[in-house]
Amino acid sequence: MAMQAKEIENLIKETFPKAKITITDLAGDGNHYAAEVTDESFRGKNRVQQQRAVYAALKGKMDGSNGELHALALTTKVPN
Amino acid sequence: MENAQQEINETVKSNNVVLFMKGTKAAPQCGFSNKVSGILNYMGVDFKDINVLGDESIREGIKIYSDWPTVPQLYVNGEFVGGCDIITEMTLSGELDTLLEEQKIPYDKEAADKIRATNS
Repeated sequence: MAMQAKEIENLIKETFPKAKITITDLAGDGNHYAAEVTDESFRGKNRVQQQRAVYAALKGKMDGSNGELHALALTTKVPN
Repeated sequence: MENAQQEINETVKSNNVVLFMKGTKAAPQCGFSNKVSGILNYMGVDFKDINVLGDESIREGIKIYSDWPTVPQLYVNGEFVGGCDIITEMTLSGELDTLLEEQKIPYDKEAADKIRATNS
């Protein structure tokens, strides 16, 4: 079950409306994406906390073998 | 379910460095697991590998344990450090070296420098 890049972006946007989000389809198969999320709310949090928040925004899309998204390479940043 | 959480907790607390991965360090079965175990092997870090593909209750349980949806997962002295992306970033930035030093985990600094020299 593949997912569109736009869907991923929209899900992240719901939780982080002001974030700068870049999604790249790594393999062109709708299953392996890279996402870079830059948001002010990440300030003062460590990477695990930042990325946990993004995973939470994806609401289970990555859960296990039934997940729609097999692989999301995640990078989180604080705005300069 | 509870047993799995207990088992995971015991494994994490009784080993200095634990990597939950798909496959083993000798034969990883996923690119992301391969990358992290490869980094640790190359840096000479002695770690315990747990193959989540061998036990469905651990495979699902580890995600609950850490509140983290993906494997691999690295733990140092009982603390969750991160998955593939975080470990890769920390290796390249030198933060992993700092963490290992702070946690008194032996590793090969020269090998770590070599990874950075090759990937910069």
